[in-house]
Amino acid sequence: MSEPRWVPWARRFVLGFLTLFTLVPLYAMVSSSLKPLGDVQGTWEWVPTTLTIQPFFDIWETIPLAEYFVNSLVISGSAAILSVVIAIFAAYALSRFRFRGKNFFKMTVLSTQMFPGILFLLPLFLIFVNIGNTTGIVLYGSRLGLIITYLTFSLPFAIWMLAGYIDSIPRELDEAAMVDGTGPLGALIRVVIPAAMPGIVAVGIYSFMTAWGEVLFASVMTDSGTRTLAVGLQEYSTQVQVYWNQVMAASLIVSVPVVAGFLLLQRYLVAGLTAGAVK
Amino acid sequence: MPTALDDAPAVKTAGAPRPRGVRRDRRRAALPYLLLLPAILLELLVHLIPMIAGLVMSFFKLTQFYIRDFSSAPAAGLDNYKFVLDFDAAAGKSLLGSFWITVLYTVLSVGFCWLFGTSAAVLMQKNFRGRGLLRTLFLVPYALPMYAAVITWSFMFQKDTGLVNDLLGTDSFWLIGDNSFWSLVVVSVWRNWPFAFLIVMAGLQNIPGELYEAAAIDGAGWWRQFRAITQPMLRPVNQVLLLVLFLWTFNDFNTPYVLFGASAPKEASLISIHIYQSSFVTWNFGLGSAMSVLLLLFLLIVSTVYLGLSARRRNAVV
Repeated sequence: MSEPRWVPWARRFVLGFLTLFTLVPLYAMVSSSLKPLGDVQGTWEWVPTTLTIQPFFDIWETIPLAEYFVNSLVISGSAAILSVVIAIFAAYALSRFRFRGKNFFKMTVLSTQMFPGILFLLPLFLIFVNIGNTTGIVLYGSRLGLIITYLTFSLPFAIWMLAGYIDSIPRELDEAAMVDGTGPLGALIRVVIPAAMPGIVAVGIYSFMTAWGEVLFASVMTDSGTRTLAVGLQEYSTQVQVYWNQVMAASLIVSVPVVAGFLLLQRYLVAGLTAGAVK
Repeated sequence: MPTALDDAPAVKTAGAPRPRGVRRDRRRAALPYLLLLPAILLELLVHLIPMIAGLVMSFFKLTQFYIRDFSSAPAAGLDNYKFVLDFDAAAGKSLLGSFWITVLYTVLSVGFCWLFGTSAAVLMQKNFRGRGLLRTLFLVPYALPMYAAVITWSFMFQKDTGLVNDLLGTDSFWLIGDNSFWSLVVVSVWRNWPFAFLIVMAGLQNIPGELYEAAAIDGAGWWRQFRAITQPMLRPVNQVLLLVLFLWTFNDFNTPYVLFGASAPKEASLISIHIYQSSFVTWNFGLGSAMSVLLLLFLLIVSTVYLGLSARRRNAVV
């Protein structure tokens, strides 16, 4: 396709602008994490005068970052795994069976995406507190409570995306497995799950990222023992001063696992989005 | 009774040699429901029951005195709604203010996200050197944990030590006053446009290349191809994308909360921050719920009208 002459110029201009727009904050984060505290407290300098990796050691001392890291890891990891497992079953049901209430279920699941988080934050908070009071199952302030909450955040999208993905797997494959004598569940485990792996991986990353970055529920539903990174990082700001270099170093450390995972697996995510969500 | 297995003829032949007992049929019929059960239970616990509870709560005077035992809270009828919808009084006025701020924020943020995402995706359709690298770079803001990204921006917006004032040669406050609204918009666009980019890119991949080839043979130029093929083929993708971005942005709590802390400046007090403050700062759950219900109603109406309009438009085109 031959382009008019303005298109290459538009391409350079627009992509150049977006590159700068994207890069500047990333540069600010990385370069400030390598400056001593005195330098980040002075006027902004594009080229650091002193480079130091001290902030990367200090971050663990200033606040219990390691503890928050473990909390975030356990909560996001469990939420992602559970959400994927539950979504696989639900998506398989939606894709391979015809049953009463199917469309109702699909619409309800989708519409939960629309609810403002703030709307069910208050009641959920009260329900968790009351479940704790009556049954002794501690949900409010515990990791379990956040795991359950987060897994339902990614669940609707996961179900839709996986259902779309499983739709694209030929039925003949699992039917052949059933002819060979396994039941529908056997076909799901032996045939459908392996074939849907890219979609499953994509959904897993999505769920993990959703949980890893959530702030609102984490700020209300955690206490000092279960605090996640999303809430904990704010503790670098004290009444007296903000340890900006440490904030940036910690932000970098917190970002590396998800960004790396995302970039490594983005192909699957794009494929999953294409197959499931955008149809 | 729901039918067991529908259009799966191979299964029926597989079951044919054996007499299919009633028990077996029942088990088959129950299977999809069993598969859905965990999802249903969790959605009920975290979304549906709390939503109904929220609706009920909005009719009670649920202040800090009744949190321990909320069954003792006195009924309020429509008082909470009357209170927040009385636009002449202070509470109503500030809610209305928040609403308009949120509308403007949503329009600007969604607009720019869509514009940036679409231009980048369309301009990157052609292969050029460094395309893969650029694509990866553009996805980084979306992959970053939201609070890490926003904290970085709040550092850049500092008055005396920030990069933004240095870059612009100014000496302004960015996190309080009028500027705070624009800071919020910039951060939200920075963070969300890659999502638009990702979705539009996925949409572009679904357009068969033969369409362009055929159009080129017919002598259609670049612009003509864009108008006649790319744009209409992207329409369904755009419809979903804009709705999703709208819902996310309108409900956005995280960006202002991390950027400004729990007490956002009034120029940037989005509706979700407003509800959060009345619920968890002044501990009036009844009022907070009433505002949430109103917010949900608004979103439902807008989404329904939008979906209805886009369906009609689709039918009109065909």
